[in-house]
Amino acid sequence: MSATAAPRAGHGLFHKAGSLRAERRWALWSAYVSLVIAAIVMLAPPFYMLITALKTSAEIADLNGNPWIVRDPTLENFAAILGNEMFRGFFWNSILVTLLVVVVTMLISIPAAFALSRMRFWGSQWLATGVFLTYLVPDTLLFIPLYQIVGGLGLLNSIWGLVLVYPTLTVPFCTWIMIGYFASIPKELDEAALIDGAGWLQMLWRIFIPVALPGIIAATIFAFTVSWAAFVYPTAFITRPDEMPLTIGVVSQLIRGDTFAWGQLMAGALLAALPPVVVYAFLMDYYVAGLTAGATKG
Amino acid sequence: MAQVTLRRLVKEYEGGVQAVKGIDLEIADHEFVVLVGPSGCGKSTTLRMIAGLEDITGGEISIGGTVVNDIPPRDRDIAMVFQNYALYPHMTVFDNMAFGLTLRKFRKDEIQRRVMEAARILDITQLLDRKPKALSGGQRQRVAMGRAIVRDPKVFLFDEPLSNLDAKLRVQMRTEIKKVHQTVRTTTVYVTHDQVEAMTLADRVVVMNGGIIEQVGPPQELYHRPATRFVAGFIGSPAMNFIPARIEPASGALNLRLPGDILLPIPAERSDRYRAQGGREVLFGIRPEHLTETRQGRATYADLEVVPEVIEPMGMETLVHFHMDGTRDLCARLDPTIPAAPGQPLRLTADLANMHLLDPQSGRVL
Repeated sequence: MSATAAPRAGHGLFHKAGSLRAERRWALWSAYVSLVIAAIVMLAPPFYMLITALKTSAEIADLNGNPWIVRDPTLENFAAILGNEMFRGFFWNSILVTLLVVVVTMLISIPAAFALSRMRFWGSQWLATGVFLTYLVPDTLLFIPLYQIVGGLGLLNSIWGLVLVYPTLTVPFCTWIMIGYFASIPKELDEAALIDGAGWLQMLWRIFIPVALPGIIAATIFAFTVSWAAFVYPTAFITRPDEMPLTIGVVSQLIRGDTFAWGQLMAGALLAALPPVVVYAFLMDYYVAGLTAGATKG
Repeated sequence: MAQVTLRRLVKEYEGGVQAVKGIDLEIADHEFVVLVGPSGCGKSTTLRMIAGLEDITGGEISIGGTVVNDIPPRDRDIAMVFQNYALYPHMTVFDNMAFGLTLRKFRKDEIQRRVMEAARILDITQLLDRKPKALSGGQRQRVAMGRAIVRDPKVFLFDEPLSNLDAKLRVQMRTEIKKVHQTVRTTTVYVTHDQVEAMTLADRVVVMNGGIIEQVGPPQELYHRPATRFVAGFIGSPAMNFIPARIEPASGALNLRLPGDILLPIPAERSDRYRAQGGREVLFGIRPEHLTETRQGRATYADLEVVPEVIEPMGMETLVHFHMDGTRDLCARLDPTIPAAPGQPLRLTADLANMHLLDPQSGRVL
């Protein structure tokens, strides 16, 4: 009896394990397939940009042959762009505006988030919600009143006008991200600091900023991306080429009437995309890391 | 070093909920006082008011003779150890301990000396370069204590510091805390819900319940002479048994009638105390260790028969659970060699020298 029963039990177990393995294999396959499809969809435009940038104008205009293949690769488009002083000016303007906007955003958002998440005062909840609601108003609605304000201040056609208005996009969202991050820091940490003798500013500077660094970096990445890629505001406020950032400079200077310098446009767009890629590559680990591990139990 | 005084201390939250209802307490210099009670009894709120982390609704707190009601935490010269340690995660153990001293602008060599001394007392010298995430729970708790010790404050405040540790480590750290207090002798207020911690650590235990102080006293006094039913039931494990009973006069003596027509003679030396209570319904309270296997030899021993429901052999003793009419679970502590089985009638001896009679309405011990 036992001799017949044993293999049966064993077979049952094996069968179950086998079906689990099959389920896992199926899950893995479907994950891979969907990831590959997503990667193709996401990477096709930049890839097309790259191959177009590597083509001569004649090759781009040639309708015969496969457009996804480069026959005579050339760097002449990149050389033309990088050799163009005006383009270098756009690049510099973008860097300057972005750095200033990131600094201004952090200088406003960090203390604001700290105050809203930690210093319980009358109306702080409403203020926190209000800050987020302002983020929901799109820039396409805001640029008309902002045009009046920027014009009134005499900052039209100046990158300082952009430094003034970009924070209206970055500050609310960054403050919101950091309110959440600061709120996740255990209350006992500030109580310990209070008892240790820290004032509010010391607590912010010596405890909250280092502990919330991943959150602050996430907010920095956001502010950087928004500011680097902004299009509506500079289109509305800047018409002088020497004050233009990259996003509108490339478009305004390389499209003349109905003539598109496709090779240079693509090379310019690729070069413009480079800084965000570098920033993401370096800061992504911080972004994901949980620095609070070990602060409290667990 | 300093004494701490609470006078008519009240904490009322928004909506009128009173967490602390006007308590008075004097804590002497060098004393180790433990506030103990169930969750929501107001013990942590009281500690946080002493620390300055909660506003005071009414009354007065003084530390070292100075009223501190309006003094911020950093100027009260106190140090606090939190339940979840609250170590600064981005700093090394050394920096965690030195942080308070750095903020107070101590000289570098003095900071170094104090941190090394505290690390030596707590045996964490080899951990000074590590970050909190590289430490075990017990080590983190030591660092939290180190952070308090280096400051050499007037008062140490402990808020359930051992609750996050496993049972074995808790016992070990309990001893450590007692050792540290014997070394540094700083006035200490310690909050816990664990009555064993309270009993083992305290010079005096403050039992709190529902925002008031039920009783204050040395651990032995609370154990042997509880003032109220709450204290009698809260201190001691397993808890004291409470059985409804009636005091009956019987030719010059007094008897205690228990459910099931069990009649226990009240010892002569206690009779005078209860003489005026003849005929009265009371609660008979007796601890499990005074309800044992049958014994003879003392006039205060009285036998009763029970039917065990659950037997719990603990090794050095056996706990027998049973019940009587109108009671919840009752417990007796037997020598482990005594045979006892569920459902088998068992004779027990109650040592009435250690009984307590309580007023069932007020809960006061008579």
